[in-house]
Amino acid sequence: MPGPNGAAHRRRLVVIGNGMTGARTVEEIVDRGGAEQFEITVLGDEPYGNYNRISLPNVLAASEDPEGIFLNPLDWYAENGVTLHAGVPVTGIDRFARVVFDAGGAVHQFDVLIIATGSSAYIPPIDGVRDAQGELKPGVFAFRSLRDCEQMIAWAEEAEHAAVIGGGLLGLETARGLLGRGLEVDVVHRADRVMNVQLDTEPARILEQALQELGLRVHLDHSTTALLGEQRVRGLRFDDGAELACDMVVISAGIRPNVELAARAGLMVERGIVVGDTLEVEDEDGIYAVGECAQHRGELYGLVAPLWEQATVLAERLTGRNPDADYHGSKLATKLKVSGVELATMGQIAPEHPDDEVVRFCEPRRGVYKSVIVRDGKLVGATLLGDLSKVSFLMQAFDRGTVLPEERVSLLFDLGGPPAAVSVAELADDTQVCNCNGVSKGAIRTCVESGVRTARGVMEKTRAGTGCGSCKGQVAEVVEWAAGGALEYDPAADYYVPSIPMTKPALMEAVRERDIRSVSDLVAAFADGAGEDPRAKPALASLMRMVWGADYDDERDARFINDRVHANIQHDGTFSVIPRISGGVTNSDQLRKLADVADRFEVPMIKITGGQRIDLLGVKKEDLPEVWRELGMPSGHAYAKTFRTVKTCVGTDFCRFGLGDSTTLGIRIEERFKGLESPAKLKLAVAGCPRNCSEAMVKDVGFVAVEGARWEMYIGGAAGAHVRKGDVLCTLDTADEAVLMAGRFMQYYREHAKWLERTYRFVERIGVEEIRAVVVEDRDGKAARLDAAIQASIDAYVDPWLEADRPATPSQFASVVGST
Amino acid sequence: MLRVDGALLAVFHLRGGGVRATQPWCPHRGGPLADGLVGDGRLVCPLHNRTFSLDTGETGSEATGIATFPARVEGDGTIVIALPPDGAAPCHADPQLVPVP
Repeated sequence: MPGPNGAAHRRRLVVIGNGMTGARTVEEIVDRGGAEQFEITVLGDEPYGNYNRISLPNVLAASEDPEGIFLNPLDWYAENGVTLHAGVPVTGIDRFARVVFDAGGAVHQFDVLIIATGSSAYIPPIDGVRDAQGELKPGVFAFRSLRDCEQMIAWAEEAEHAAVIGGGLLGLETARGLLGRGLEVDVVHRADRVMNVQLDTEPARILEQALQELGLRVHLDHSTTALLGEQRVRGLRFDDGAELACDMVVISAGIRPNVELAARAGLMVERGIVVGDTLEVEDEDGIYAVGECAQHRGELYGLVAPLWEQATVLAERLTGRNPDADYHGSKLATKLKVSGVELATMGQIAPEHPDDEVVRFCEPRRGVYKSVIVRDGKLVGATLLGDLSKVSFLMQAFDRGTVLPEERVSLLFDLGGPPAAVSVAELADDTQVCNCNGVSKGAIRTCVESGVRTARGVMEKTRAGTGCGSCKGQVAEVVEWAAGGALEYDPAADYYVPSIPMTKPALMEAVRERDIRSVSDLVAAFADGAGEDPRAKPALASLMRMVWGADYDDERDARFINDRVHANIQHDGTFSVIPRISGGVTNSDQLRKLADVADRFEVPMIKITGGQRIDLLGVKKEDLPEVWRELGMPSGHAYAKTFRTVKTCVGTDFCRFGLGDSTTLGIRIEERFKGLESPAKLKLAVAGCPRNCSEAMVKDVGFVAVEGARWEMYIGGAAGAHVRKGDVLCTLDTADEAVLMAGRFMQYYREHAKWLERTYRFVERIGVEEIRAVVVEDRDGKAARLDAAIQASIDAYVDPWLEADRPATPSQFASVVGST
Repeated sequence: MLRVDGALLAVFHLRGGGVRATQPWCPHRGGPLADGLVGDGRLVCPLHNRTFSLDTGETGSEATGIATFPARVEGDGTIVIALPPDGAAPCHADPQLVPVP
């Protein structure tokens, strides 16, 4: 209801707790316009803004400054319209009157309450841990807050020998910090191995070895029964009666959720404050709990990622962005450094089920341990210590529940796989990822850290991947790694071109329906006023050719230079001319013509290409038509996004191992499909036997002759910047069938692939099973139409080099016009 | 590309009418800008896709931009391009650009 000045009445949101979860939740709410919907009041125990608690061991180790760890300094609250009462503990909640009482005597009315009281350090009931006043004995510290940290640092100036009770992550990090301040340090742990919650025995031993090498002494299976000393601590006594002298003790024996406030208020509390998937406290209305104090589906979370997930879900709900947002619990995957040793853990640390598969590798001398636990073909746990090269792959598999490769060893190691799969995280910061534009991994990381969270955004800002484009896959991986997996969903990733918000099939459909016959008409109709993005024009021109064949208004200004002059532009502005030599089989006439033309035009370089033909390099643009006329050979299309070549090996013509006539099939395929428009280049090969001398298994489409003169068909192979072995699509009985199936698959690819998406990506994206079902088994009844469509494209094919005699535009081949 | 009084320029006819004129070579690796794609007020170099504003020559990042020259078409079809007073048409290049031998 409107207030006195007519403004809409904002609901009152009170947040108890200004720690990492509380402040993050408020931040997420503010980011979603929550400050307009709510009057937000935050009550925090500690007298500061919100700081990164995880960085406290670094402050102790003097590797970070206390000022530098603040996530939300005090000004942030004022700047965002949030009222913060810092250093004012809350003393009570009345859930019926809907008020909160604070230690200063104030009463805060709420419509919505969020409890984010976090946890406190657990102090075990050790004799002598507290003095007569109930305070911790002088020299004894818990390590939870910035104040604890400051007090420890002050005490450590005078101390010489510290004991850390608790050998978990915090204990080990604290020990390392104190060691760095010049103290002798002993770590005392009740369990039989350090980090017993995250690590199984083998990896824990490796870690213990590393700690010892650092200079820490570790005492396992030791329970502390008493702290000695009156005015100040002077030693520990263990359960076996032994004693350890020391003048400083840090207790890091775990944390307990702060639930007292909630319990006294009558809210449902078990180990933590019980909440449902909506993060509302059980049986309450408008009272929520998030963070370490909350118990969800029986779990308490102490890692930051689940807590921030909870914060986001709650913000989505409360601001109405997504009123149905639910929290379903988090899969725990963490990557951290403990005492300089890299460690990643996810899920289970040991097998729990009789059928759990465990694959383990242990190399203690190098400090390396890797293990994975697999159940029903899915990853349910993994531990990596000392060598994190597979961490991105495993975290993805863990997160998405992907079905794992049968050869389990490939979960731990890269065995001759594509180099791109080898950890992007391991690359040095100055590794050049994009060669065309000189963009390093560090530059990409900086861009992501500055807030750009989509691959496309990073590419636009840094120019990485916008040159030849062959590094795009790696750029995307670096972006994903730098964003810690938290990429923004980019709907434009599914569009055929980013400037038109439609997928390729939708665009093709629309073009046919509305009879759009030119790129400029297409842009006018669909680009939503975004204008004619010049980089999209060749993609749209390709789409036009695919849909209409030659029957469209071929605006030459929409073509890339290579397609305007039908030759490949080189770095100095000259061109490469490669005439068609089908199947890599030539004759003396062609060779003589090539030699004569090379001489006549003083061609600087004659090269044999990987596609098994001959390249005349350094031809000037204005000489191109004359060169083509003299050669009298059709274009080899070595410069365009089209069907390119079919490499062959000799086969039954002469080879003593030949099982099939590879040259005949190769020439036939090349002659039939030459020059056909496609979303990216298509490179083929035919091999006369499985020895595969023409490399057919790493081609977009490849045929390999097998026993019985049958042809095994491979798709999605590559051997360029990306290396991938093709998938076997099917085996054909005759050469006729091979030709038909090649055409049908290529047509399917032409209609569904994104611009510049090679088959090696396309096949992975769609999946070979799906392609087989549609193309080979004709599940959807599309086969006949695909066959007819590619035939239509073939019928419309014209050799572009005939433009030598009939140029398409007046100065098509002119370099410079005008007077000197 | 147009050579006028000794100066080499890249000249573009826009689809909607009008002309633009810029320096001939890309600051990045010397690519022939006249062979690039244009649209939406932008020019894309054919070698590595560096993109420039056709009006200001800027790239929208810290990369070196290109020199542009005011140009128009007269009623009778003549193209008029305004060069700097001393007649020399500048051609910007990236500082690290090594001239191609």
